[in-house]
Amino acid sequence: MTGLLSIRDLTVRYRRDGVEVPALRGVSLDVEAGERLAIIGESGSGKSTLALAIAGLLAESAKIGGRIEWFLPASAGATERRSSALGEIQQRPLLGRDIGVVFQDPSSSLDPVMQVGKQIAEVARAHLNLTWADAYAKAKTLLERVRLPDPTSALRAYPHQLSGGQKQRVAIAAAIAAGPGFLIADEATSALDTIVQAEIVTLIRRLVTEDGMTLLFISHDIALASTLADRIAVLRHGELVEIGEARRIVETPGHAYTRALLDAHLGLDAKPLLDPQGASA
Amino acid sequence: MTLLSVANLAKRYRRGGKSFAAVDDVSFEIGPAETLALAGPSGSGKSTVARLVLRLIEPEAGRIDFEGDDFLALSGAALRARRARLQMVFQDPLAAFNPRATVARVLDDPLRIHDIAPRAERPGRIAALLERVGLDVALAARAIHEISGGQRQRVAIARAIATRPSLIVLDEAVSALDVSVRGQILELLLDLQRRERIAYLFISHDLGVIRAVAHRVIILDAGRIAESGDARAVIANPRSAIGKALVEAAPRLNRNRS
Amino acid sequence: MSRLRRFLRTPEAIAGAIILASLVVMALAAPLLFPGDPQAIAGPALLPPFQDWSLPLGTDRLGRDVLAELFHGARTSLAVGLAAAAAALLIGALVGTLAGFAGGLVDEMLMRVTDAFQTVPSFLLALAFVSIVGPSLGAVVAAIALGAWTGPARVARAEVLSIRERDYVAGARVIGMHPLEIALREVLPNALPPVLALSSVIVAAAILTEAALSFLGLGDPNRVTWGGMIAEGRTVLRTAPYLSIVPGIALVLTVLGVYLAGEGVVESTAIRRSLS
Repeated sequence: MTGLLSIRDLTVRYRRDGVEVPALRGVSLDVEAGERLAIIGESGSGKSTLALAIAGLLAESAKIGGRIEWFLPASAGATERRSSALGEIQQRPLLGRDIGVVFQDPSSSLDPVMQVGKQIAEVARAHLNLTWADAYAKAKTLLERVRLPDPTSALRAYPHQLSGGQKQRVAIAAAIAAGPGFLIADEATSALDTIVQAEIVTLIRRLVTEDGMTLLFISHDIALASTLADRIAVLRHGELVEIGEARRIVETPGHAYTRALLDAHLGLDAKPLLDPQGASA
Repeated sequence: MTLLSVANLAKRYRRGGKSFAAVDDVSFEIGPAETLALAGPSGSGKSTVARLVLRLIEPEAGRIDFEGDDFLALSGAALRARRARLQMVFQDPLAAFNPRATVARVLDDPLRIHDIAPRAERPGRIAALLERVGLDVALAARAIHEISGGQRQRVAIARAIATRPSLIVLDEAVSALDVSVRGQILELLLDLQRRERIAYLFISHDLGVIRAVAHRVIILDAGRIAESGDARAVIANPRSAIGKALVEAAPRLNRNRS
Repeated sequence: MSRLRRFLRTPEAIAGAIILASLVVMALAAPLLFPGDPQAIAGPALLPPFQDWSLPLGTDRLGRDVLAELFHGARTSLAVGLAAAAAALLIGALVGTLAGFAGGLVDEMLMRVTDAFQTVPSFLLALAFVSIVGPSLGAVVAAIALGAWTGPARVARAEVLSIRERDYVAGARVIGMHPLEIALREVLPNALPPVLALSSVIVAAAILTEAALSFLGLGDPNRVTWGGMIAEGRTVLRTAPYLSIVPGIALVLTVLGVYLAGEGVVESTAIRRSLS
């Protein structure tokens, strides 16, 4: 596999209420083209900050140190030489065209007063220079791909008319509308119930395979990530604790924190806290 | 003796000109110091049942008997007084409190409202409650938004037990917490159940959590009971379609544990 | 304390705060710097400003010290502006909270009353009120508040309708809190911020309305007011324009100061989404 993204010593600090808060401390990792990498962490681990940094969506006031280097194929949207606070960047991917992002809460990532068909078509039009007619046709195809029932009338639906799972499917469709090679899912299933969560994960897996995208899957749920990812990276308090092949991490974690996360997972095969007689263990 | 007995509960809502049943003919019982879990996908009516039991909303039909009395017949001051015995813990510990509140005020309110202790004794009671839920008593002076999510949920539990209830409704009480904190909160709840004899109506979409702490489970689907029984038995061998779907969808870790 | 620091970081806030502070100093210093009756004759009539340094801004038609009148006028304008705004905010917040919280028939009735007050132009309402009750400071304050309370009422009600559905209100019900206590302790304090955001507009409008009423001769005749000064200067506008312009500038600066300070408050209390 060829390297797609190289992160070296990434440090991000925010100013909050006059105090500087470190969100990421010297994180280094590489992402291979076409792989599915899961970033696992609890609250305050910096996983969302990492996703935002990669997507280029950090706030203006954030202080960034270290390097993020992209090695995009020639077909990528924008390959400009730029130097900025991120050190030297040889290439800068274009959000929407090269990177698609799906966020946790579809209610806030979708425009509530615009029909969903238009929101998806907008992405296609902006990045692929399509006419509105072509863009809408593409939107309909995408709604079919994300398995939204009755795509024709869904095009004209407003977000509030859809369920949580359906909204997230729309958000995914919009994220991949311009055919990006890199998809970031930032806690994309955390607000959904178990059944819908499994459906969305299946959907993401299928789309990523069909389109040959690289996937960055951010989650607090290591079990969920292990069903989807090739590699797992564990973040804690802004530091990279461990990274490795998913199977290996789950079966023989190297770091005590990873082991603690795995032990804390209450799966269907875990030992109940109540003993069989019903009294507490 | 049954602590809570719910029979033929029903609640309809209007949405977009159509009325649909959020809760349809739901009946169940909870005994003292027992944990009954309510499981189901979103929209199945779990939270609506919780709110009906707590009388935050009123049912269209059905009967609720609590501690031997017709709970639906109470109103006004009598209902408010009875609420001391029936408490709730919400999913979002931040939204569950007045944004301007301090920990001390949050715990003082129920003590004051139900006359549990005269004013002079209340700070002592508050300290005792904080200790009971495993928190440092110095937390009393802090504002709610200053403490961590796990600490907030412990404060929520402290508030719920302040009036010595016999039943607590827990609506996705650990779903918003970090995985490493969940286990501690569940252990706390079980400990409280054992020592203070508190029953729980435990609502969750996470079967793993339910399996860990519940005695019995009811699975709801579109407002109706699809399946019920011993928690571990139902989860090991679901018979309803929705039960099977929920078990199937739960993420598996597949560790080879030695 | 951090909120004060944030407030002071916005340039609007600093400008507004300076202007308002000057105003307050003027108002408080008036009896010290210009003891005695500002309406007493101090010198020759229609003395232009900057001629006699004991009368820096000159004198009016009757020979009264314009600077003294300006300072004393500040007291009236500030007092009326703040009192009327406070009354309007208080009445509006209470009515809005009651309506939003009680719902049903109470809500309907209160909103129809609000509608009634809102459809009458507030200045005409104030005019009518003062004409009936008689010109006095209290009447002017009441007159302005009568027209200004409806805005805060609507904002408060809208906030309350949203807060009513929040978990912590449900939580208060579950622990057995009395509805009245919930309304006043849990809901009202959290509904206030957007209502208070209206305060700068209301204060500014109140000051202008008071000036207009005084201009029309309906203000308290025993007090010096900027509006009254402008009215007095009307008759000699050609020969001594400064008599109307000076209090006019004072009014403009005051309203500007209130507005800027208000914007600064809104800026500094704006909720910033956390990025964790």
